[in-house]
Amino acid sequence: MNALNSLMDGFGTALTPLNLLWAALGVLLGTAIGVLPGIGPAMAVALLLPVTYGLDPTGAFIMFAGIYYGAMFGGSTTSILLNTPGESAAVVAAMEGNPMAKSGRGAQALAAAAIGHFAGGMIGTVLLVALAPTIADLAVDIGAPDYFAIMVLAFIAVTSVLGSSRIRGMASLLIGLTIGLVGLDQMTGQQRLTFGSLQLADGIDVVIVAVGLFAIGEALWVAAHLRRRPPDPIPVGRPWLGRADLRRTWKSWARGPFIGFPFGAIPAGGAEIPTFLSYVTEKRLSKHRDEWGKGAIEGVAGPESAASASAAGTLVSMLTLGLPTTAVAAVMLAAFQQYGIQPGPLLFEREPDLVWGLIASLFVGMVLLLALNLPLAPVWAKLLRIPRPYLYAGIMFFAAVGAYAVGGEAIDLVLLLIIGLIGFGMRRYGLPVLPAVIGVILGPAAEQQLRRALQISDGSVTGLVDTPFSVTVYAVVVLVLGWPLVRRALPRKSART
Amino acid sequence: MTTPTTDTDTGAAPATGRRAWIREHSELGVCVLLLALGILLLTDALTMDVDIAQRGPVGPRTVPVVVGTGLLVVAALLAVDVLRGGRGRAETGEDVDLSEPADWRTVSLLTGVFLGAAVLIEPLGFPIAGALLFWGAAFALGSRRADRDPLMAAVVSFLTYAVFNNLLGVPLPGGPLMGVL
Repeated sequence: MNALNSLMDGFGTALTPLNLLWAALGVLLGTAIGVLPGIGPAMAVALLLPVTYGLDPTGAFIMFAGIYYGAMFGGSTTSILLNTPGESAAVVAAMEGNPMAKSGRGAQALAAAAIGHFAGGMIGTVLLVALAPTIADLAVDIGAPDYFAIMVLAFIAVTSVLGSSRIRGMASLLIGLTIGLVGLDQMTGQQRLTFGSLQLADGIDVVIVAVGLFAIGEALWVAAHLRRRPPDPIPVGRPWLGRADLRRTWKSWARGPFIGFPFGAIPAGGAEIPTFLSYVTEKRLSKHRDEWGKGAIEGVAGPESAASASAAGTLVSMLTLGLPTTAVAAVMLAAFQQYGIQPGPLLFEREPDLVWGLIASLFVGMVLLLALNLPLAPVWAKLLRIPRPYLYAGIMFFAAVGAYAVGGEAIDLVLLLIIGLIGFGMRRYGLPVLPAVIGVILGPAAEQQLRRALQISDGSVTGLVDTPFSVTVYAVVVLVLGWPLVRRALPRKSART
Repeated sequence: MTTPTTDTDTGAAPATGRRAWIREHSELGVCVLLLALGILLLTDALTMDVDIAQRGPVGPRTVPVVVGTGLLVVAALLAVDVLRGGRGRAETGEDVDLSEPADWRTVSLLTGVFLGAAVLIEPLGFPIAGALLFWGAAFALGSRRADRDPLMAAVVSFLTYAVFNNLLGVPLPGGPLMGVL
């Protein structure tokens, strides 16, 4: 049980007072920001990036993990009490959670969500501990062609699986790849798209792209369509669960992770699909089917547990393969790059302290989350009343802090605004933002692996498919690409929406 | 924030003739931008002087050419999709109300305020420029409390400066004000 020993060492790292402080701070900040309407986990992590600039990598990632889980939990609070979910993962929580809150069972809904997150996160992280080292071992001798294949898979999956339109996803990806090309070519030093500017020769920092697209783009988009009268949150007391509710929910909590975790690990849109699947499953298995749609507690417990476990699944692919499957993972990958650390199979060998400290802190963070969120729920609910001008002014303000802190140059703020305006246009015309961010982050790495692979094979294209691993990955790519054709051939069930 | 679920065109007023057609098909502008980006990328790649820098069979030119070509293809496909009636769906969110047309005044005010802050951050320092950014943005978004807004902005900005600069070790320019204090 090598992993268990490493995990114990990890707890040694995570339980030092300072790291414990970062974990607690991350959980608190993450929950607070996640509760704020209009801010999802990806924007929360992007906005909080500068907070960690002064920290060592281990402390920074412990904090990030706390922010990630905290923001996911906070998001479900918003959708239960406000019923206007902004994030895809929280849509399902609103379906049963909001009716519960309306009929005076908000406290139970919040408790079911909080414990669901705890259970999902715990089981998910246990699965992470069990699987990640094995995957890293299997992947440890994969080479340039294999990496390239994984990245192609990420590109294809992110444009095909997410969103309603493949063309628009592809357009978004290409915009991201173009932004990633700006600067000096890594292998030859050739200037690309710099137009002679020294500023651009350094490339456009990933953090500026992420903050611009997620934060500024979102703030401008909301500003253009700001609701005149924000919805009133439903007042709520301290979350608690009675015995009858517990009897109904414990199975849902236990089932959720096994739906959520696998979906988190593959590039299939993070928590969106598994939360919905879990909802459907719980509905089918429920003994109280008449309550569904009017506030069935299983419909909150199961999906929330699945969502939390999918976050753990996301970390598996990101840590072992360097493959970001969700927007949050993409931003975290950008953070890794800031520290000059390349996530991938070698991460477990090269940075054991960091990886296992991070994993152990997930357990710690989960306990902290549960301990904080049950008593603090009424406080979080107050955050929903924040005046919207202050909220979005604050987002613009902290986005500016983050972009300026990257390099201490005012021109970065202008760049941030331009990228924010691109993000605004993308939201207006339904171009998903995630493919662009993945393109910026993975594009340069993919190009390097491609050229390395072709250098090894002396220019022969067969060099890209000469390992069983890469062939398998390309087979999956073909499957993802071909799926709509297959589906079209099958008898059509519902009209295209 | 990643679920596009509602159509935008619901707010468009039923007008006639050419202007209505353009409004209906404003998404073609996206195609034009993608096309322009593709051409820019291809021009940049093809005018590159790579002979001295080439190492290995794939030079710095290949990927830009592939991405640029991809942009042209996607621009064309998107144009076809739009002309056949396909529409990108505008994103929804907690505070987004798509039933009314876009409020361009707020967006341009916010953009202006942000640019102003970018210009002022170096001469005035972060605390002042940040406070102006917060106040200006809150004003643009419709907050008109002449007493509370500036106070709020100043508190947020100075606190952030103190926390980042002194506690977290992320340097921000203090400007003349911090020089005095």
